[in-house]
Amino acid sequence: MTTQTLETAQDTRSIRLAAGDGWLTVCDRSLLTPGRGVAALLPDGRQVALFLDRAGRTYAIDNRDPFTGAYVLSRGLVGSDGGQPFVASPLLKQRFDLATGACLDDDEVSVPVFEVRAD
Amino acid sequence: MALPKLLTDDGGPEMPVSTPPTTPTSPAAAPTLVVVGHGMVGQRFLEALAERGLTGTAGTARVVVLCEEPRAAYDRVQLTSYFAGTTPEDLSLVEHGFMERHGFELRLGDPAVSVDRTARTVTARSGEVFAYDTLVLATGSYPFVPPVPGKDSTGCFVYRTIEDLLAIEEYAKNATTGAVVGGGLLGLEAAGALKGLGLETHVVEFAPRLMPVQVDEGGGAALLRTIEDMGLSVHTGVGTQEVTAGENGAVTGMALSDGSSLATDLVVFSAGVRPRDQLARDCGLAVGERGGIVVDEECRTSDPAVFAIGECALASDGRVYGLVAPGYEMALTAAEVITGEKAAFTGADLSTKLKLLGVDVASFGDAHGTADGCLDVVYSDARSGVYKKLVVAADGTLLGGVLVGDADQYGTLRPMTGTVLPVAPEQLVLPAGAGGPVALGPSSLPDEAVICSCHNVTKGAICEHTTLPEVKKCTKAGTGCGSCVKVIGQLLPQSQDAGLCGCFAYTRSELYEIVRTLGITSYADLLDSHGREEARGGDGCEVCKPTVGSVIASLAPTVGASGYVLDGEQAALQDTNDHFLANLQRNGSYSIVPRIPGGEITPDKLIVIGEVARDFGLYTKITGGQRIDLFGARVDQLPLIWTRLVDAGFESGHAYGKSLRTVKSCVGQTWCRYGVQDSVKMAIDLELRYRGLRAPHKLKSAVSGCARECAEARGKDFGIIATAGGWNLYVGGNGGATPRHADLLAQDLSDAELVRLIDRFLMFYIRTADRLERTSAWLERIEGGLEHVRDVVVHDSLGLCDELERLMADHVRGYRDEWAETINDPERLRRFVTFVNAPDAPDPSVKFVPERDQVKPDLDILAGPVLAIRTLEGTAS
Repeated sequence: MTTQTLETAQDTRSIRLAAGDGWLTVCDRSLLTPGRGVAALLPDGRQVALFLDRAGRTYAIDNRDPFTGAYVLSRGLVGSDGGQPFVASPLLKQRFDLATGACLDDDEVSVPVFEVRAD
Repeated sequence: MALPKLLTDDGGPEMPVSTPPTTPTSPAAAPTLVVVGHGMVGQRFLEALAERGLTGTAGTARVVVLCEEPRAAYDRVQLTSYFAGTTPEDLSLVEHGFMERHGFELRLGDPAVSVDRTARTVTARSGEVFAYDTLVLATGSYPFVPPVPGKDSTGCFVYRTIEDLLAIEEYAKNATTGAVVGGGLLGLEAAGALKGLGLETHVVEFAPRLMPVQVDEGGGAALLRTIEDMGLSVHTGVGTQEVTAGENGAVTGMALSDGSSLATDLVVFSAGVRPRDQLARDCGLAVGERGGIVVDEECRTSDPAVFAIGECALASDGRVYGLVAPGYEMALTAAEVITGEKAAFTGADLSTKLKLLGVDVASFGDAHGTADGCLDVVYSDARSGVYKKLVVAADGTLLGGVLVGDADQYGTLRPMTGTVLPVAPEQLVLPAGAGGPVALGPSSLPDEAVICSCHNVTKGAICEHTTLPEVKKCTKAGTGCGSCVKVIGQLLPQSQDAGLCGCFAYTRSELYEIVRTLGITSYADLLDSHGREEARGGDGCEVCKPTVGSVIASLAPTVGASGYVLDGEQAALQDTNDHFLANLQRNGSYSIVPRIPGGEITPDKLIVIGEVARDFGLYTKITGGQRIDLFGARVDQLPLIWTRLVDAGFESGHAYGKSLRTVKSCVGQTWCRYGVQDSVKMAIDLELRYRGLRAPHKLKSAVSGCARECAEARGKDFGIIATAGGWNLYVGGNGGATPRHADLLAQDLSDAELVRLIDRFLMFYIRTADRLERTSAWLERIEGGLEHVRDVVVHDSLGLCDELERLMADHVRGYRDEWAETINDPERLRRFVTFVNAPDAPDPSVKFVPERDQVKPDLDILAGPVLAIRTLEGTAS
């Protein structure tokens, strides 16, 4: 299972985010590294954190870390627990479920989730 | 029939608690319990009631608690830790929501002022009157202030409550000298606190030795030397005759019984405590000749409806106990009797273990050897301040002991009191290397041995559980004075799961061996072949990814992986700091630390740093490691800044990595009239040799040019101090939250010997340490400690040294500057943008406002709903 970098290097699909009524093309899928994130800027000024997991699935959540206010979630490390993918904030390490945006360390905290597709 | 609803003294056991009513009883029907005093013992009593179902919520009783202090029960034993930064909230003993959950009515700042035993009422200071069916007095004690003239002068204090500490702290701001009257346990605690507040500190003790109650003459002498070495002045065998004051009424000094006088600005009386029994006296309860409310074995006073527990009580064995453990036992006894169980408090032992001013002091059992025909086995080392005495009977039964300076064995020896020792007693007191100490672990204790004496919990009860939190929750063991926590840890199953995280059942050092022997260079391969079954094929986690990334980087030249941490799959393993080769700060900006080897820098290079900081608007600050930190860079600015720095000859300082940070130095022989070696050159050589070395945690070092130690080398992971004959190497030092002086590993080394030894030491550490374990913690954890490390790296006892040296040679040969490589590679530069879809847009959330002629983060721009911030391990700045 060390061939993912090769697969993604030849990937010509685009990453698209739901924005307003349509889909916003963000970047080529090949710009994403499995296990890491990137940030994208929406036309309305919101920041989105985009992730690619090891299986090649994409996720998008709000880039703002609700615990510190800093726009840094895209710089956290991706992991999975029982098949559920999460990102750990790079500041104070709270985990956020990538599929639901729920904070896994604090039931009362969550971040918005965005629809994303790669085609 | 004193207490019809609660007591069973009529032989007809009606136990209301065993069958709580299914519908709440009306409040009028439930008996009222009034508890006077909410200290440690009062709180323990309430917990014991709750455990037995006697609560307001259950409808089985109305419980009213009258508390004099403005705050609920807190840990008075740990009072001094307030000066070390512990907050009053940290000291609280009352779990959040405890009172509400059990319907206990706690009235803070409203003490009882009188009791009418005929009418069965208590009047509180607020004027409110409470009728009781049962009254429990837990009023504790008050500090005894000897009746000397001037004792009420401004600047005289006692040491008992958080409020006392706050007052001392405030007054000490305008004082330079302080004196403590009393050299017992609390007196030494108070002296340590005064010393910590920066005062020149005196201790005046009437007895001929310190801590006369707990330790014997030899132990007192060892304690005295160690405490004097810390800079405290101790006066034993003298009494205080008068406190002198100036015209303004403020303390100026003390007159002592030997005719001498002592100038001081502040006096703390800590000459023992007396039971607070006034309330009991006023209502006609029996009290002892020297104070204390007389109670029987059930903790009942001369009025059967009234109980007394803790330091205010004169127990049935004729003693007033001033320790928390016996107080807890009385609390439990009273609660059991009140709920209809059979219980008795017949006395307790006075074993204690404390850390006073950083010195371990412990005594247990018959510490003074008063039993007939008992024998002392004594080891005394005046040089190191260690004193150990065991008292044994002729047949080898352990009766008691005193340990000063090194009380590690307290946890195993105290529970063995009363049993025949399994080995010769001298083997237990001699130091390692002199025939002892033998490894007498807690596994050799019988099941009935009491491990936690505060809560009376046996080894058998502890061994029914598997984790420390579970033990604390279910048995309360380890939640009193805390001295048994280490032993509990040794009794628990040696974590069937010592694994690194949810993905790997192996420790970091085991993973290191796997990577090294199998030559694995990919995290995914390691996870799929050696991860836990359920984690294989998954994404890993934020704990193991950087750890494995670091292990692979440490071994990169040896296993054939790329040494560049941003390459290939390794890019996805690194924390954001390693990923962007800079340090993430709270507003999402980064800081930059160029390497300045040994702290030596040319004026031209200083100017470049200044120009770069000015041109990019960075905040600059000198670091503790003799470097310059530049704050406030956006990710897109990092390559631009580094292009300028690399052009000027700078390279990465690895401030972002778990790797070598700096090697500080003093100016050394070249300039300093005291220097005996060129410390700057050695520091530069060492920093350049070990730069970029990935380790389990950061590594710091320093080189001092003479024994004056201006570079503070003994506070470092490896520190070097020059001697006339070469270099002394110290290892395992640390500053920060848990300071530790480094231990001498070898002395009078030549340059080449020094480097070889450090090579071996570092590689042995990297190979065997846990994740995020500094050398200081590692040295204390590994079996055999410093001696073992010396055997391995100096005497090559494991035959490893050739390999350790080869690994370091590989590292030195393979070193490349990460920033020079990054700015010369367009592919690697691609990640340094804030937005993947707008590479030229700067991050709008990273903004600054002016402060003291520089900038600071604009936090308003980040403001949102405020959330509680939980700090987690491993969040380095």
